[in-house]
Amino acid sequence: MSLIQSLAIMLGREPTKPRPEEYSPEAQALHEAKRASKLTPEQRAEINRQTHDAHKVHTWRNRRWLTLLVVNLLFVLSYHFDVQLIEGALTASRVIGFHFADLNSALQVTLAFKTILINLVIGTTTVLLLWWLLGGRSFCSWVCPYHLLAEWAEALHVKLAAKKLIKDHQLHRRTRVVLYVIFAVAALASGYTVFETISPTGILSRAMIYGPTWALTIVVFLLLLEVFYSRRMWCRYMCPIGITYAVVGAISPVRVVFRPVNCHHEGECRKVCLVPHVLDVTKKGFATQMHSGIGADCTRCGLCVDVCPTGSLKFEVKGLDKLL
Amino acid sequence: MSQIPKRPPPPAHVQQEARRRFLRSLLLGGAAVGAAMAGWLPVLGAQAHRLRPPGAIGEDDFLAACIKCGQCVQVCPVEAIVLSDITDGFGVGVPHIAARDQACDFSCDAVQCILACPTGALTHDLSKKEEVRMGVARLDKPEICLAHQGLGFKGQARGADYAGLHRYEAVDRWKPIPIADHPYDLELCDLCVRECPIEGAIALVPLSSDAADKRRIPEIRQSCVGCGMCEMICPTEPAAIVIDSRAQWRPA
Repeated sequence: MSLIQSLAIMLGREPTKPRPEEYSPEAQALHEAKRASKLTPEQRAEINRQTHDAHKVHTWRNRRWLTLLVVNLLFVLSYHFDVQLIEGALTASRVIGFHFADLNSALQVTLAFKTILINLVIGTTTVLLLWWLLGGRSFCSWVCPYHLLAEWAEALHVKLAAKKLIKDHQLHRRTRVVLYVIFAVAALASGYTVFETISPTGILSRAMIYGPTWALTIVVFLLLLEVFYSRRMWCRYMCPIGITYAVVGAISPVRVVFRPVNCHHEGECRKVCLVPHVLDVTKKGFATQMHSGIGADCTRCGLCVDVCPTGSLKFEVKGLDKLL
Repeated sequence: MSQIPKRPPPPAHVQQEARRRFLRSLLLGGAAVGAAMAGWLPVLGAQAHRLRPPGAIGEDDFLAACIKCGQCVQVCPVEAIVLSDITDGFGVGVPHIAARDQACDFSCDAVQCILACPTGALTHDLSKKEEVRMGVARLDKPEICLAHQGLGFKGQARGADYAGLHRYEAVDRWKPIPIADHPYDLELCDLCVRECPIEGAIALVPLSSDAADKRRIPEIRQSCVGCGMCEMICPTEPAAIVIDSRAQWRPA
């Protein structure tokens, strides 16, 4: 998949089945071989058993939750014990004295204030490099406190949906592109960082560090919507911060890769994924290469890596295997 | 003209779901924008200014430039700076000072909040407390001012339960202590003058030429920076002296 395609899908285009000429000879041969082979009932049962067991693996999720909690706790503890390790909040901070600035918050301030601030340039450059290295939207799943709450809300949503008590109401994925543009224009036109009023990331980060606020009602409201109405509504369809980091991560060396050789195409990965459109490649007959990176929108959360019974989805650092 | 056969239109239920999805997106996306805009409207309509931390640039620019990280909050030794909540009307996460609860008394000596600000919402152009202009003090209710009545003051300035801090150089050069732990016994109340952190910003002047007349009135001078220390320490309820945020000093 080209970078342009990957970005277009991130921005809301629906993924489509590749054209015949896009397939590599190896991938073509693999798909033909898979089509030709028939599974015996025993093999079928074995696959079902593996698929079922794979849902018990939580290696990457646990690592990620731990990281997320540690990062946010560092902000909190650093302030409360005055150790000056990480000062500030997720919107902007100093890490051992170095400026860090959230890309979206910095953009909002720059558009509202209409001034290039040297500290923000330093802060965003540092953050840009960091998140380019670490995978862009990995900010979402490995750092953003709202993501963690939303994951718990999602678990509730899935439970209720399984009991047919509720159903998922999807939004159009272009919603967040429209919101991104609206909030950028609003900041520019009003001279005020309009988005920050409702940003659950900023509200939660500040509430953890400086104490609870009434602004948390916005977060609670969003979570309720996600439990009862629309699965992962904010992160999936609305949050402009996600777009900013997805663009940064589009060319990141840290990524999830798909190797179709052993894949049974059961689609468990797409069921657990926040952004299932990036996993279109895992559908039967969709992989054009024997080894392909997952698209820009991927948050590198690792849920698909955990759930994959065949090891077809794996984390990879581009070029690292060549170095080693 | 085209040889490509037309794709059959999607079935009705798919079309209906697409239509509903579009409406949902419009509605919920609109709600998000509406909620955010609702936070901006009070900014537009804001009449009174809040007391901002030292070095705050003009209010409109300040609201635009603040990135809401709270680094100014973290460095303040008396925790005078607090971040606004949505219940405060405008500027969620933007810092202000509620001087009556806890004023900035420049305990940090070096305007630490300004140094901490990553965006210059607190201007880096000033480096001394004397250069700060947050507002200006005003004797709001002369009739209840103790000095104006020629009265003294004995006890804790704000009562035993008051949590506010102040650095008393005579007690501890470095560490601010609760005002409740520092009772006074004054023949004539001069708390606003006594505890003012800026030299020559405020003075008690006689009300009449009569030497026997004990009554004095606090007079605010040009060097007042509007830090709010006088408003915090004033023992009357409500405070006889208050800060006019962002106001300029004018000769009486």
